[in-house]
Amino acid sequence: MRGTLAWAALRRHPLRTLLAIFGLAIAAALLIDMVMLATGMRASFRSLLTSRGYQLRITPKGTLPFDTEATVGGAAALVASVRAHPDVERVSPSLGTTLQVARGEFTGSAFTLGTEDSVQGEYTVLSGRGPSADTMLQEAVANAALLSRLTARIGDTISLSTERSAQLRQAGRRARVVLVGEARFLYVPPGLPALATSLPALQAFLGDAGRDRISLAMARVPVDGRNADAQLARIEGVRAWIERTHSRVTAISTETAIVQVEERLAYFRQLAFILGALSLVIGVLLVTTLVSLSVNERLGELAVMRAIGVSQGGVLQQVMLEGLMLGVAGLTLGLGLGLITARWLNTILRDFPGLPADLDFFVWSGEAAWKALGLLLVASTVAGAIPAWRASRVRVAQALREEAVA
Amino acid sequence: MTHPMHPPEVLLDAQQVERRYRAGETIVHALRGVSVQIARGDFTAIVGASGSGKSTLLHLLGAVDAPDAGRVLFEGRDISRLNDADATALRLRRVGLVFQRFYLMPTLTALENVMLPMAEAGMPKAARRARAMQLLDYVGLAARQEHRPSQLSGGEQQRVAVARALANDPALLLADEPTGELDAATGAALIGLLQRLNADGLTCVLVTHDAALAQSARRVVRMADGRIIADDILAPTGSTA
Repeated sequence: MRGTLAWAALRRHPLRTLLAIFGLAIAAALLIDMVMLATGMRASFRSLLTSRGYQLRITPKGTLPFDTEATVGGAAALVASVRAHPDVERVSPSLGTTLQVARGEFTGSAFTLGTEDSVQGEYTVLSGRGPSADTMLQEAVANAALLSRLTARIGDTISLSTERSAQLRQAGRRARVVLVGEARFLYVPPGLPALATSLPALQAFLGDAGRDRISLAMARVPVDGRNADAQLARIEGVRAWIERTHSRVTAISTETAIVQVEERLAYFRQLAFILGALSLVIGVLLVTTLVSLSVNERLGELAVMRAIGVSQGGVLQQVMLEGLMLGVAGLTLGLGLGLITARWLNTILRDFPGLPADLDFFVWSGEAAWKALGLLLVASTVAGAIPAWRASRVRVAQALREEAVA
Repeated sequence: MTHPMHPPEVLLDAQQVERRYRAGETIVHALRGVSVQIARGDFTAIVGASGSGKSTLLHLLGAVDAPDAGRVLFEGRDISRLNDADATALRLRRVGLVFQRFYLMPTLTALENVMLPMAEAGMPKAARRARAMQLLDYVGLAARQEHRPSQLSGGEQQRVAVARALANDPALLLADEPTGELDAATGAALIGLLQRLNADGLTCVLVTHDAALAQSARRVVRMADGRIIADDILAPTGSTA
């Protein structure tokens, strides 16, 4: 019966109720989006870093992976040393640089990676195959952006060249390579032309600038049955050993990288927190306002209910139920609205230049989203409690007297 | 029928009750030491000019309000100092209230309005539905049970309100100007309904300006300026009015 009365009270002014539900839905959608933004980038970045199973990244001292053009020499010895560590299962070295590319009348620059195809964790071959492990620059895989720029297909030959370096008094080097596959590069923005070839071939092609040098090495510590803390301790042990043994490099674990990224993204999280909190406040104000209006209009009716024997608790429950019903309707609508807007905003943000293809800003996290929605539902119910308390405390005789005079 | 050798049992006993309330800046002395006894089975009309204190007295008799001084005994129990929960429970189970403006829940059907006090009393749904239908049949509205108040005439709404007041089988029916919003013919029909209820043993106390309604009662209590100025027995309790 209380449910019937609460629902009937909301239906009494359908437009007003509908507007409140829409307002609450927008607040809920904003809250969901902010939760997805706050937790999503972290989850997405973690997923990106761990997608190929490497937990450690070894870079020239003081740099982040491909953050600068810096490289580290003595690469062969470094990689061999790390590979020999008993807790390391696999090491993937890579060298990155920018080369000039040309095919026919089309020219441009492309980010070029030298990797060991069998262990590389930088790209996924979509069609064709990976480059052979030649020491001569003969084969490469390219991403869709480069193929499109050069109007090239698998099997086509393209020209690569280094720029002439006046500082090093080196002439530009040239080579012709066959594109043997199309690849999707995990850490390269989708619009940036990129290609990959074998590491020894690129090192040789670059001459002194590339000889026995790498930009990055990724190391994988095997995952066995031990618990998460023990696994993290094992990774940390390898990381510390690398930095101790090889003073020219910095070793960063995935966890550390995530912490560093989180520090850089603190602004986003703060913004998400503020907007999320605002949406909660808006939700509470909406429900309080609507239910207060409704209660004020029905004080006489509520007094009659009390007069015929409905308890204070009964009136309290009924009015709070109105807030709860508004909350449930608004949140249900808001959930759908939030997911749609998150997808739309994610598409816009992913188009920002310089971001890896697989990085998402808004990631659905069931637990976080349900917690946020639960919080809003509790908030809207509590918001209804304020006018509900007033309604339950109505002075019956006085209200009836005033109704009779009115 | 009360045995002539036994005085009628007192259902309500108001003893020197006083009630003041604030109206803006002024204190209104609504009741100034009123004492009145209502016997079980009685049919009493309280009459008087506006502001004479009759509605206030009715509220005190039904535990809707509490006196500032004096006390009200209901079935021998002092109800003037009850806490809210006990007063509410008393109104729910022992008192039926009918108002001048009906005050039905506009969003509920006639049947649901009658079921409301029974739901509050915790009666199972099937039982309250059956009793509500029975009560609507009693007041002659069996065919209108699914209508909302806005779809009913004033007389029909007041009969639904009477059925609602009877929902939990009260010992006392209090009606505040029950014919005040009705035309003469509809008012007469309602008076007939109240007389029938009284004849079936229900104690009725009503406040009215309506001379016809007052004359249908067995006893008329006249009030002026917060005091009882006359108390006339038109027909003894248990006899036909």
